[in-house]
Amino acid sequence: MSTVPLPAGPIAAHRGRGLPLPGADIDTDRIIPARFLKCVTFDDLATGVFADDRSERAGDHPFDRPEHRGASVLVVNSNFGCGSSREHAPQALMRWGIRAVVGESFAEIFFGNCLALGLPCLTADPADVTELQEAIAADPGAELLVDLEAMAVVLERPSAGEKRWPVRLEPGPRRMLLSGQWDGTAQLVAHDAELTATASALPYLNGFR
Amino acid sequence: MSAGTLYDKVWDLHRVAELPGGSTQLFIGLHLIHEVTSPQAFAALRDLGLSVRYPERTVATVDHIVPTTSQVRPLADPLAEEMLATLEANCRQHGITLHGIGSGRQGIVHVIAPELGLTQPGMTVACGDSHTSTHGAFGAIAFGIGTSQVRDVLASQSLAMAKLKVRRIWVDGRLQSGVFAKDLVLHIIRILGVKGGVGYAYEFAGPAIEALSMEERMTLCNMAIEGGARCGYVNPDALTFDYLQGRPAAPSGEAWDRAVAWWRSLASDPGAVFDDEVRFDAAAIAPTVTWGITPGQGIAVDETVPTPEELDPDERPLAGEAYRYMDLRPGAPIAGTPVDVCFIGSCTNGRLSDLRAAAAVAEGRRVAPGIRAFVVPGSEQVAAAAEAEGLDAVFRRAGFEWRLPGCSMCLAMNPDRLEGRQISASSSNRNFKGRQGSASGRTLLMSPAMVAAAAITGHVVDVRALLAEHPPTVERQPPLTPALP
Ligand code: SF4
Repeated sequence: MSTVPLPAGPIAAHRGRGLPLPGADIDTDRIIPARFLKCVTFDDLATGVFADDRSERAGDHPFDRPEHRGASVLVVNSNFGCGSSREHAPQALMRWGIRAVVGESFAEIFFGNCLALGLPCLTADPADVTELQEAIAADPGAELLVDLEAMAVVLERPSAGEKRWPVRLEPGPRRMLLSGQWDGTAQLVAHDAELTATASALPYLNGFR
Repeated sequence: MSAGTLYDKVWDLHRVAELPGGSTQLFIGLHLIHEVTSPQAFAALRDLGLSVRYPERTVATVDHIVPTTSQVRPLADPLAEEMLATLEANCRQHGITLHGIGSGRQGIVHVIAPELGLTQPGMTVACGDSHTSTHGAFGAIAFGIGTSQVRDVLASQSLAMAKLKVRRIWVDGRLQSGVFAKDLVLHIIRILGVKGGVGYAYEFAGPAIEALSMEERMTLCNMAIEGGARCGYVNPDALTFDYLQGRPAAPSGEAWDRAVAWWRSLASDPGAVFDDEVRFDAAAIAPTVTWGITPGQGIAVDETVPTPEELDPDERPLAGEAYRYMDLRPGAPIAGTPVDVCFIGSCTNGRLSDLRAAAAVAEGRRVAPGIRAFVVPGSEQVAAAAEAEGLDAVFRRAGFEWRLPGCSMCLAMNPDRLEGRQISASSSNRNFKGRQGSASGRTLLMSPAMVAAAAITGHVVDVRALLAEHPPTVERQPPLTPALP
């Protein structure tokens, strides 16, 4: 589990070791089973990450393997984070120590939840994701550079040299992360005059006149 | 790009501003909150020194963690009690209406908002729960959101959203008797896949959709999210207006007539342009049951569990996982699969018409020995209406437990849960691994009538067979009329 502070400000790059988690359609019930949602703060969520999958695999789950202890770049396959909209899922991953996710594709609500927390979810081609997962498995101690400027993930292997894979992120979310404006509340609050104008033209807020 | 659809019209009406990140700031007309996804949002609001921008547009209830046996306070589970108390304190502090236990209006958030008339055509609706898509049944644009977004809506009554594409799902024909909206939506998800709707809003239209009751439309839209669509909707029509008229939060008097005229104008234009269209034939759909670990892994009740060869190559790895987890053999018929627990309830199928359909099967029969079967009404109003027509007695006589309203074993955050490798027949919406409270528990999704039939026979069975041998004596009745002060 991580003691790294949660993100703040612009996020242009992250460096850390990789954690491959193969499998399609990994839903948020698996990321954090519902019983861990019984809480009024997110502080203690790290213990619940993949709790059921981990107990099923009795120590052999990627989140338990010693070689991945302290890893912070999660590498997943397709439709990661589908299912329930619970923000507890990215919160739990972040509190465990994940700071970037690379995958074939992400469920929309999960992607949005992550963005709002400053957790970049980058997509890559299926073949590249598989290669990246295999490269991490082969050399779990190597550092990965997740570079949002260059839009690449770079595996930095001291002996075998570096290997890079292109990643994708829509321009909007990318700009938000790079500029540090991923926490959108301030922007929304700033448009109060426009908000009032929109509300005053909505029939259902004005007696249907 | 879509044009002239209800989605386009509602989107345009609610636009506040374009944001630097490329998304649009959208006004949220109705914000629904509950005890699980709101406490951290209120805490964040306090940290930012912000207040609730439109407290009168936020409505709260308690549903996810409430027990269904005794709801006497303080609740037996101290964590559950803390969550209720936190919501109560937050609502008090910010002047938000809370429909709590015993108010006569408490229930699953997606059940109570429609029955109170809060959900109306043309609104944008948001709630920290993925099944917010339910409200699309009224021609509202409704999405599930995460806790940061709950904070955003509290602070600004708006959300940063990217516009979706619109796919029209046109359904011809009529559902056969014994086949329900649940079967229709499980079939649609089976064909289009759990990812098929990613990036889309689903417009459900066509003769079969127009023939659905409002409650059936809610079941359909509820599960749009299980097909990957962030929201699903049905264009408002006379049925929608009939349902709304007289409900506590619905307009009345002259405002009612103006409202109906406006609501009508929001329906997709005859020449509306869709980004995509798919067609189904309702008459060809049979009662549908899931065999796997996603809602897309469904088959007709008379089919066999698909073999790997029958599936697309990219579906095979997940199917392999599902065979192992569910302990079902490829090629085996799904009918006859024994079940342990039968659950009727949830925001998908916990409304009065669902309970009537299940009661019609249970009436005059007995739950099979060894089966635990229970019915959880979706709200206090549903419970009262069902009790008024004696459905609780029908269920009790048949050996079902009759419970208090809440989400219950849909996600098992309360004491209702599967144990060990138990297998349930469930009228809820998710069959994910561990969803119903046991890490190895298994779920077969189906309609409430099919769940009742499974309870009676002890295994998966085509409900039409039971209905044929002993036709329902519980009459199909007009929709629930509001009976509130
Ligand atoms: S019944 Fe299930 S899906 Fe519906 S709101 Fe409750 S937990 Fe969510």
